[in-house]
Amino acid sequence: MSKNFTRRGVLKTGAVAGAGLTLPTYLRAAGHEGFTNAPTGSTVTLGFNVPQTGPYADEGADELRAYELAVEHLNGEGDGGMLQTFSSKALDGTGILGKKVEYVTGDTQTKSDAARASAKSMIEKDGAIMITGGSSSGVAVAVQALCQEAGVMFMAGLTHSNDTTGKDRRANGFRHFFNSYMSGAALAPILVDQYGADRKAYHLTADYNWGYTTEEAVRSSTEALGWETVATVKTPLTQTDFSSYIAPVISSGADVLVLNHYGGNMVNSLTSAVQFGLRAQEVAGKKFEIVVPLYSELMARGAGENIAGILGSQNWDWKIENQLGSRYSGTNAFVKSFGEKYGFPPSQAAHTCYVQTLLYADAVQRAGSFAPCAVVEALEGFEFDGMGNGPTLYRAEDHQCFKDVLVVRGKENPENEFDLVEIVEVTPVDQVTYASDHPQFAGGALGTCNNGA
Amino acid sequence: MDAIILQILNGLDKGSAYALIALGLTLIFGTLGVVNFAHGALFMIGAFCAVTLSRILSASHEVLVEGKTDFLGNPLKEDVPYVYDWFGESAGAAIIDWSVPLSILFAIPVMILVGVIMERGLIKHFYKRPHADQILVTFGLAIVLQEVIKYYFGANPIPTAAPEAFKGSFDFGAMIGLDPNTIIYPYWRLIYFCFAAIVIGCVFAFLQFTTFGMVVRAGMADRETVGLLGIDIDKRFTIMFGIAAAVAGLAGVMYVPINPPNYHMGMDFLVLSFVVVVVGGMGSLGGAVLAGFLLGILESFASMREVIDLIPGINQVIIYLVAIIVLLTRPRGLMGRKGVMEE
Repeated sequence: MSKNFTRRGVLKTGAVAGAGLTLPTYLRAAGHEGFTNAPTGSTVTLGFNVPQTGPYADEGADELRAYELAVEHLNGEGDGGMLQTFSSKALDGTGILGKKVEYVTGDTQTKSDAARASAKSMIEKDGAIMITGGSSSGVAVAVQALCQEAGVMFMAGLTHSNDTTGKDRRANGFRHFFNSYMSGAALAPILVDQYGADRKAYHLTADYNWGYTTEEAVRSSTEALGWETVATVKTPLTQTDFSSYIAPVISSGADVLVLNHYGGNMVNSLTSAVQFGLRAQEVAGKKFEIVVPLYSELMARGAGENIAGILGSQNWDWKIENQLGSRYSGTNAFVKSFGEKYGFPPSQAAHTCYVQTLLYADAVQRAGSFAPCAVVEALEGFEFDGMGNGPTLYRAEDHQCFKDVLVVRGKENPENEFDLVEIVEVTPVDQVTYASDHPQFAGGALGTCNNGA
Repeated sequence: MDAIILQILNGLDKGSAYALIALGLTLIFGTLGVVNFAHGALFMIGAFCAVTLSRILSASHEVLVEGKTDFLGNPLKEDVPYVYDWFGESAGAAIIDWSVPLSILFAIPVMILVGVIMERGLIKHFYKRPHADQILVTFGLAIVLQEVIKYYFGANPIPTAAPEAFKGSFDFGAMIGLDPNTIIYPYWRLIYFCFAAIVIGCVFAFLQFTTFGMVVRAGMADRETVGLLGIDIDKRFTIMFGIAAAVAGLAGVMYVPINPPNYHMGMDFLVLSFVVVVVGGMGSLGGAVLAGFLLGILESFASMREVIDLIPGINQVIIYLVAIIVLLTRPRGLMGRKGVMEE
């Protein structure tokens, strides 16, 4: 071995080479096009970042089905789904700007660090120009920040915390799904209408970001209409048996239990509440009621018959067009495509992911460019229809979609395993619209859009 | 007063699950000297035995329903369980309704088999290895088992109900002369507690009053001497592993109506069960049961609103806090024996 080839020298060279390799490729890639991962060939790559393992894997699988369907429709395969009903006619089934749509998938594991790692890999290694997905607000906020830094678009999947388009909003990020505030605003009048204005609520809240914003939203909207909040108790996210939290509810004098829980937490807390006979109770002559602010069809299936009669809110439901008419057009077209391909109706998670993909593609098509800043401009203030939610606005100030919100109730006698909820009422968009500087959304700024390289 | 009784009751059913899992864990540790991190997975597999039997009993064929359509407008097909065809609708419905208690009979042989295969196939190769190796391999096994279950059953919880007769709750407060509606307790949790007490009693009786149990106890105290007496203690310990697996499995079967099972329920219980074993004293059966109920009750008290208001976050750390205090004052745990884990 040469004398010049010393141990120290090897270490130094290795360190320099290592640093060079770890330098994010998005800082180097495609600089000549002026934005990160500018597609140069005949294809464009989208990154679908969903939970493929972990407790939300089933929801992630449904999201992935929707994404695959969206890609099919964008490439002119299948029956076109919502492209037939979408008010914008920019997309013509020839891909996006003539480039065939391809996709890569990542596994978020419903963990922020894993989600960031998979998004980063899709951006750097696979050249994804847009990242979309999620079944958790923590993940959405983390990935949205990463996309902002990297200079790619982030089209949020299922994320319901106010913070995604509130204090953690970013210029490169857009959310179609509704949020905690909207759930509270939609639910409160119906709760008062159904259960009366003189009610005492007891909140059990999952001890993390989404739980807090949902508790605050439901609490402030119900208190504004006369309800009293008896207690709010935080429950650990890892809790599996909620009996010791449920048992003291009755003796507290409360006559409504609000479960600010999602996923497995919701299934278990609701199951415990029903087992402890809360729904059979009467408090001062009033029937005890349980409310689940955010419904998820998959979780409702997990809770089985315990969900019957319980009120909650949803972003969308596959039955809405049949029940409430053509205002919600697009729904049946999507349900037909999805149902024929997979054999069952889509969840609201699948719906929002499908719509987000189409909205992104449409914005690129209208902007005539994949450059994030051009796409952001095309999406800001964009009004559209025919996507299953009625007339919808992508508000420029916070990149949040504004549309009607569904208040649903767990069905008493479901006809099949997909017939889990019935639509009680649809709260018109005006009643769930708020100022972009509303206190529940304060503290954030979009900043400027980032084209990356 | 009523709040205290209520939380003791809540602690008892939670403690039952801890005690059953910890009993198996400490039994395996006491006999084979293996720290089995896959024990939570055995609890989970037990729960999925109940799900499997319930699915087998509900196996059905499709029948076209005249005049009705599905969500795509095609003629509606309804599932009719085979047991309806074989035993008539009411008897068939009763069989499906009782699937969880029936699963006990299904789970015992399955779990013993799983336990024996696990011990003979993998764990026996790690007897002479350090505890760290045993922990790594059994933890790996636990992950493999839960991924296998997830592959076949999905990630979502699967609701599997108790028989109709045991659904709902009763007014325990009124029964003991307190105001009505102050202490409501679900039937199934009471059954779970009684079931746990019976299983624990059976395990103790088996060890205490049978020759097999006597040999096992002798082996736990001094394996070498028992071996020198010409007794094949390894074979007996393998059977004990199977029994420990069955105990964890039964705990899982009966837990299904309390919380819908999912693939990671074993991991949720595993760490707490280990704390229970350590607090009770490694290798001490009585200690595991005592600590199981004790920590279950303490956890319930710590989740009371009044307690959380007083010490925020106490509900998340109480068990570990108590474990630290116990280990500082009694380093061998509540009922630990001298010489165990001390070589």
